[in-house]
Amino acid sequence: MSAPHIPILRQGRVHKSLDVQTVPKLGTDEAAAEISFACADMIKYDLHKMGTARAALKKFSCQELVEITKKAGEIFLNDALPVGTEGAMQTPEDYVLSLASTSGLPHALIRMNMKRLGGIFADIDTIFRGLTRGLDWAVLDKGYGEQGGAPVSFSATTNELAVILPSNSPAVNALWIPSIAMKVPVLLKPGREEPWTPWRIIQAFIKAGAPAEAFSLYPTQHEGSGIIIRRAGRVMLFGDDSTVKQYENDERIEVHGTGYSKFLIGEDEIDNWEKYIDTIVESVSANSGRSCICTSTIVVPRHGDAIAHAVAKRLAEIKPLAQDDPNAKLSGFANPMFAEWINEAVEKGLRAGGATDVTAEFREGERFHQRDGMNYLQPTLIRVDSFDQELAIREFLFPFASVVECPQAEMLGKIGFSLVVTAVTKDVAWINQLFDCPHIDRLNIGNVPTNRIKWDQPHEGNLFEFLYTRRSFQIADIA
Amino acid sequence: MIFTPTLSGLLSNPPSFYNAKPPNSYPLNCYPMTSDEAKAQLDERVRDMMTWHFSDETGCPFWLDWKKSVGWDPREEVKSYEDIVKFPHFQDEWLRDEKNERFVPNAFKGRPFNVFETGGTTGLPKQRVGWDDYKHDYEQFSHQLSDEFFPKGGNWIMVGPTGPRRLRLAVEHLANYRGGSCYHVDCDPRWVKKVIARKAYEEAERYQAHVMEQAVEIIKHRDIQCIFTTPRLLASIGERISISSHGIKGCFCGGTSMTPEYVRFLQEEVLEDKAQFVPTYGNTLMGLAVSVPEELKANNYSVTYYAPQPRAVLRIVDPEKTEITKGYGEYGRVELTTLTHEFFMPRFLERDEAIRRHPHAKHPWDGVGDVRPFGALTGKVIEGVY
Repeated sequence: MSAPHIPILRQGRVHKSLDVQTVPKLGTDEAAAEISFACADMIKYDLHKMGTARAALKKFSCQELVEITKKAGEIFLNDALPVGTEGAMQTPEDYVLSLASTSGLPHALIRMNMKRLGGIFADIDTIFRGLTRGLDWAVLDKGYGEQGGAPVSFSATTNELAVILPSNSPAVNALWIPSIAMKVPVLLKPGREEPWTPWRIIQAFIKAGAPAEAFSLYPTQHEGSGIIIRRAGRVMLFGDDSTVKQYENDERIEVHGTGYSKFLIGEDEIDNWEKYIDTIVESVSANSGRSCICTSTIVVPRHGDAIAHAVAKRLAEIKPLAQDDPNAKLSGFANPMFAEWINEAVEKGLRAGGATDVTAEFREGERFHQRDGMNYLQPTLIRVDSFDQELAIREFLFPFASVVECPQAEMLGKIGFSLVVTAVTKDVAWINQLFDCPHIDRLNIGNVPTNRIKWDQPHEGNLFEFLYTRRSFQIADIA
Repeated sequence: MIFTPTLSGLLSNPPSFYNAKPPNSYPLNCYPMTSDEAKAQLDERVRDMMTWHFSDETGCPFWLDWKKSVGWDPREEVKSYEDIVKFPHFQDEWLRDEKNERFVPNAFKGRPFNVFETGGTTGLPKQRVGWDDYKHDYEQFSHQLSDEFFPKGGNWIMVGPTGPRRLRLAVEHLANYRGGSCYHVDCDPRWVKKVIARKAYEEAERYQAHVMEQAVEIIKHRDIQCIFTTPRLLASIGERISISSHGIKGCFCGGTSMTPEYVRFLQEEVLEDKAQFVPTYGNTLMGLAVSVPEELKANNYSVTYYAPQPRAVLRIVDPEKTEITKGYGEYGRVELTTLTHEFFMPRFLERDEAIRRHPHAKHPWDGVGDVRPFGALTGKVIEGVY
């Protein structure tokens, strides 16, 4: 199959741009895809017309859209779907190979992410109920109704949910899928190396019966992204701490930033630490350590050295393997420079003192590793002296974590913002303090990996509350 | 029959205080002619300009001093356009560091000059002195415009940089030359650059909205058929009103590089394929390189510009070895040579790169295509991907 041409989708209408860029298969000159690029002003113009896209979705009831979403999930996982503009079809296996060729992700990880996405589609009714706290969907169809005996009315805050997608994580598409059932069209800007997942999800939705107008896809340059961020009614984007800071006061924008997720063991359970090593290793290394929900700091009151050694030994078993190896868990970097920059950041932290790379004694070769034309970073576990060491609270795009000792009573004062905290404890007083802690976004009590999340609860914001606002209303009979 | 209006014949108001009239035998519009005829005309122009700018009676102090410093006489050694490589690249810093009076040809001595500025956001800007060049350039350009889309007698609006810009006077002259009047809405690009440099994008958008409000009001309430503006401002006007529905038939556009996709967007969506889009490439130092708007669609909106030869020449050069002209279809850096009686500027390296294109029947000399900022792409670019 020749490289497909991924066009712009303007409310479902295919637009083949004259500005075309080729995305090569990693490590080769061979084209994996041609991509149409949209100019920024075109996006500006189209944003003015998104009301018609929403009108197309509003013709359906929420119940119908929930059913369409479920059906789309089956199609996404199992069907051959159109790819590009020339009538070619893409089987699920073709999708795995295409995404692997441009992103560097191992096939096994892509399949795992497919399953996760499939779960979002399949559980859409649970997710919808969870995010709306059990709202009768008919309220959104009618505009008003009752919830728990109280009158409620919700109006959409926007005609579109715009998402600036990254190139390195297909699973983040999970965040926008529920928007369709909530009757809000999507406007997606795919990452340069990853047009595959949003394209395939859109095709699955359309085949399942969703109106094509609800889907806009704009591969675009930096300027086009800027227009989307500044002009769209609601925007989801991914970035680092500076991006979070930049938009913290803009209610239109929800930034999914660094997670700084942490695994805590309480005083009451620390002597049983060996029981939790499997969970810690999964928390650090799942999805090649690339998620904001992966653990990046392990906080324990004692046994820090022993825990660091045990986790490091297990992490070192995760090696760069061939992309099609069913055991491959480590992803290469689509942008080879990233691996070098990240490795240098780790080395700089080690040179500062007070930190030891415990994985160094277990792994084969250096942290930075090249294989099959791609750059890899081998998993790394750092034992740090204190929270003050610069690697104590860091998050990188590979399996990386630090182990720091800290008395339980001081932990909540030291950990800072944490997207996910798993706290292994039965100490009710401490559990109450954890629930009361304002800088923990998601809390797991017990032996739960930080990377296992339930989508029917808010994740870095509640999608329903982002897309809808509650209004007061009264209806009186007219004489 | 060769159309050869003369310089004096096209001047609207030949000044009475013209101290030394330049020879008036140079045709402004020379087509249809062959490439050989165009080349012969250019070579003749080069020889005449050497005589003009390097003779004590007519040349300016800057070039006369330069001649003394290098120890060779361009009048003897520069006999054709190919010989122009004997000059070093003109440095635009000279237009800031030298006094403007040093660029006044002795032939123009005593005649007050216009000062036109180029670029610059801080400090002393680069300045070019001039008298009638802008009139010649825009009168010549006027003859390229379609009367259907730029009706004679129609009024114009200019939405763009005015202030010390040559463009301000030039567009008004163009409108007047075609029998119309010109409305103006100013946009200060130096301020916009500063605002964007500090990433105050919202402030930049507010400023743009301020400019747009003025432009839209005039377009709505005055009888206007032609517009000059930049691509971005055109798109911004089109966001607010249907440009063609408000009577505008022709849009003359210049200012920034445009990808074929963007040109298509402007023609088909912003102008709704009802008004004609005329892209141009130019600056204060050159004049106006024109495109062939009626062929845009057939060329997949890839724009080729042709310099106003023989008054100015564009050459696509190897950036590493600028004496070498790139092959047709290859990208290279844009080199400009200006050859007017008012201003001689050899081999100025523009901050743009472009594809060298074949001569066109209407403009039988090399064109420059798909202009973009120099170094925009480091990889090898092959023409034809569009």
